[in-house]
Amino acid sequence: MALKLNQSEFEIERDESKCISCQVCVRQCSNDVHEYDSEQDNVYSDNIKCVGCHRCESLCPTGALKIKERQFQFKPNYNWTRDHLRNIYKQADSGGVILTGMGSDKPYIVYWDRILFNASQVTNPSIDPLREPMEIKTFVGRKPDDLEFEITRGSKGRGVKLKTQLFPQLELSTPIMFSAMSYGSISLNACRSLADAASEFGTYYNTGEGGLHKDLYKYSKNTIVQVASGRYGVDVDYLNKGAAVEIKIGQGAKPGIGGHLPGEKVTSDISDTRMIPEGTDAISPAPHHDIYSIEDLAQLIYALKEATDWSKPVGVKVSAVHNIAPIASGIVRAGADFVSIDGLRGGTGAAPLVIRDNVGIPIELAIASVDERLRKEGIRHKASIIAAGSIRSSADVIKAIALGADAVYIGTAALIAMGCHLCQKCYTGKCNWGIATQDPYLTKRLNPEVGTRRLLNLLRGWSLEIKEMLGGAGINAIESLKGNREHLRGIGLSQRELEILGIKHAGEAW
Amino acid sequence: MSKIYYKSKTNRNKNGNFPQFKISSGCAVFGVINEDGERFSGEMVMDAISVMHERSNGLGGGFAAYGIYPQFEKDWVFHIFYDDMIAKKSTESKIGENFEVLLSEEIPTRKVSRIVNAPLIYRYFLKPKENFTLYGKNKTDSVVMSQVITATKEDKIVDFVMHINRDISGAYIISSGKNMGVFKGVGFPEDIGLFFKLDEYKGYLWTSHGRFPTNSVGWWGGAHPFGLLNWSVVHNGEISSYGTNKRFVDGFGYECTLSTDTEVITYLLDLIVRKQKINLEMVHLILASPLWEDIERMPEDIKESLKALRILYGNALLNGPFSIIAGNINCMYALNDRIKLRPLVAARKDKYLFVSSEEAAIRKVCSSPDSIWQPDGGEPVIGVVSKKEKNGSEKNNGYQKKNKKLESWSGLVN
Repeated sequence: MALKLNQSEFEIERDESKCISCQVCVRQCSNDVHEYDSEQDNVYSDNIKCVGCHRCESLCPTGALKIKERQFQFKPNYNWTRDHLRNIYKQADSGGVILTGMGSDKPYIVYWDRILFNASQVTNPSIDPLREPMEIKTFVGRKPDDLEFEITRGSKGRGVKLKTQLFPQLELSTPIMFSAMSYGSISLNACRSLADAASEFGTYYNTGEGGLHKDLYKYSKNTIVQVASGRYGVDVDYLNKGAAVEIKIGQGAKPGIGGHLPGEKVTSDISDTRMIPEGTDAISPAPHHDIYSIEDLAQLIYALKEATDWSKPVGVKVSAVHNIAPIASGIVRAGADFVSIDGLRGGTGAAPLVIRDNVGIPIELAIASVDERLRKEGIRHKASIIAAGSIRSSADVIKAIALGADAVYIGTAALIAMGCHLCQKCYTGKCNWGIATQDPYLTKRLNPEVGTRRLLNLLRGWSLEIKEMLGGAGINAIESLKGNREHLRGIGLSQRELEILGIKHAGEAW
Repeated sequence: MSKIYYKSKTNRNKNGNFPQFKISSGCAVFGVINEDGERFSGEMVMDAISVMHERSNGLGGGFAAYGIYPQFEKDWVFHIFYDDMIAKKSTESKIGENFEVLLSEEIPTRKVSRIVNAPLIYRYFLKPKENFTLYGKNKTDSVVMSQVITATKEDKIVDFVMHINRDISGAYIISSGKNMGVFKGVGFPEDIGLFFKLDEYKGYLWTSHGRFPTNSVGWWGGAHPFGLLNWSVVHNGEISSYGTNKRFVDGFGYECTLSTDTEVITYLLDLIVRKQKINLEMVHLILASPLWEDIERMPEDIKESLKALRILYGNALLNGPFSIIAGNINCMYALNDRIKLRPLVAARKDKYLFVSSEEAAIRKVCSSPDSIWQPDGGEPVIGVVSKKEKNGSEKNNGYQKKNKKLESWSGLVN
């Protein structure tokens, strides 16, 4: 049946008076939206194929193109919204599961936007970060219960010597790390940009579950290697190439399910890195088949610690689900040195739409309840908490830390810095920005040097803003912000929400 | 006694008990110690703090004195504020359950026109009984459980003090150490000193505080110093890291019920020095830790220690402007925030060590000190009473005879 019930999402407006038929748009679009008619010397566009990535619009030399959201596709209806209709038509066509990419775009409450940060007035001075030291160095890893020192008496007088041996720590120059994004889900150039930026700025990037490409070995000091349910690319060399190991149990965009890298994306390079035959599907199972309970997780944590000679922190990444507080407590008690928690709005390369948009809880609430729970149990110092799942600005970072996180992961924000326009079509492998694709024609669009520079700029900009906000609140070390909920106030939140977040409402003084 | 009698006269909104807001304040602080352990009258410290009248606004003043109860040197002494006789009765029954009471009496005061609305003020000299009850708020909490097992004598006292302050409406234990006491209230510090007849007490270590709170709730318990076990803390400043510090000590079973910076500083000191056994000379490396850029430049072994301290105790860092003077049974400890946002001056004369918000206060009581200096941010000033000399001076006691009249106020001395 040739009938297509779905209508185009976008409208492409071409100003004929400006168009010079240079065909840049034709070459740039991997979705074949634009077509050149040589007889007419004219370029035509097919709206229905457009995904709204704005690549052609950005590159059109004469500014002739405008991509607009198409209004009134369907008769407006508050219940049967555009999205529901589109999805039903799609499924009636195909009978499949609807896939999507990136984080949920549903209008759930973004608690970051309902939380306000504090500043000093009169009773204590704010601090000017341009003139005074402002410290945002952060350590991720297990902290000991106490420290033992020996007072020494030498020729130069008295000194101290540390007797306690510290657990391995990650040292971050800023409390921001790059979230797990595998080689396979994103291009090697994108991976390289992340790795290079992390190592130059003094923070960490995460390999995701796709193994570690040889070209990235040199960044190993700033690499967190991930061990996921598919175990792709995992061997002892891989583990020892990382500064830390992260066991991936779940991901905010798709809690409870695994992953699927289609065979056509498994090129020879990826097959080497993932250690699987070329052209085969890489299917990550939903659970780890050697972890069916918490004691199994403890075994894996200690196996990985043994394999890496107890020289690296071993953490666990989970998605924020309803019982996240006891789950996190169990993970800490199982021996994890850090717990990464990925919230409802976290991104992905590919996930079933229904899961992405309906499963999990927002990261703000998860962080607040996990921090509270671990403190109540007296084990908060035994593991660091890393917040992930839609950290959009330095303000989100500050708020996450004040709620109790030690550091944050950014994924989507990093991709946006490299050019991503959030068209949510990562799963098609046709990313016009050269990020979420393995097509050599597309991947070369992202120059890793430019990518690195843009990521460095982002880290620098956010770090400066964090320092400004800290100074404004009269704090000169990020440690003093951690769990400091006195500096947060909710706005427009219910009593219950405030209780869970552990903050007061705006207007309430201490 | 049924719950209904626990009603307090004054209106403090916390589930009955404490103000829920944090009390931030600007202030005057003064401390003096005789390192020989020789005891001297509280008149000196009242004199000194009165010079800094302008730094307080009459909403709180107080003193901590050490060495004032030599007869009961080895026994716990509680100073307690009561709103009414009902609170007194229920507190005393709890005390009776857990302690052998050596002496209980009303703390003598004199009438001072500017001091009004005083609560009932009592003191108790106590020996803990063998079958001491632990009151941990929620005994199913694993933290509390572990404390029940490992609780030391001091932990039990802390638990008892927190229980009374939290659970008995209208009763508030303001100090709970040995041979020391806290005297405080709403008013200017010099008036509070007169009110409590501090000129009639003798101690070897005195700290004092005049408050300029940025809110106007005149609650006697909210004045400084804050006391817990032998610790007393006076503090000028506002801790911007309060929330972080509070959550840090909370993890170790200290419950911040008062919402004051001073309370959390006291708990931090107790936790770090008594429980975690960090040498007092290293405490400033935690409370006002050196900057990372300075740590990086230190020799390798010191760097390692400093780094470890900051990694573990990062959340104990006091951030924001402060100058604090802490007293303990044998030492006085003064510290500024690490970028020196509040004033602190120190001076020495013979065996006396003075610390003060302003030099004027020191000059008032010691016109020509041997040395006078401004400690750097994060640089502690520590005065220690050496034990031998202290005992020596106790035996000597010549001054007691001379001042017999002054000391006979309660029959405690002689």
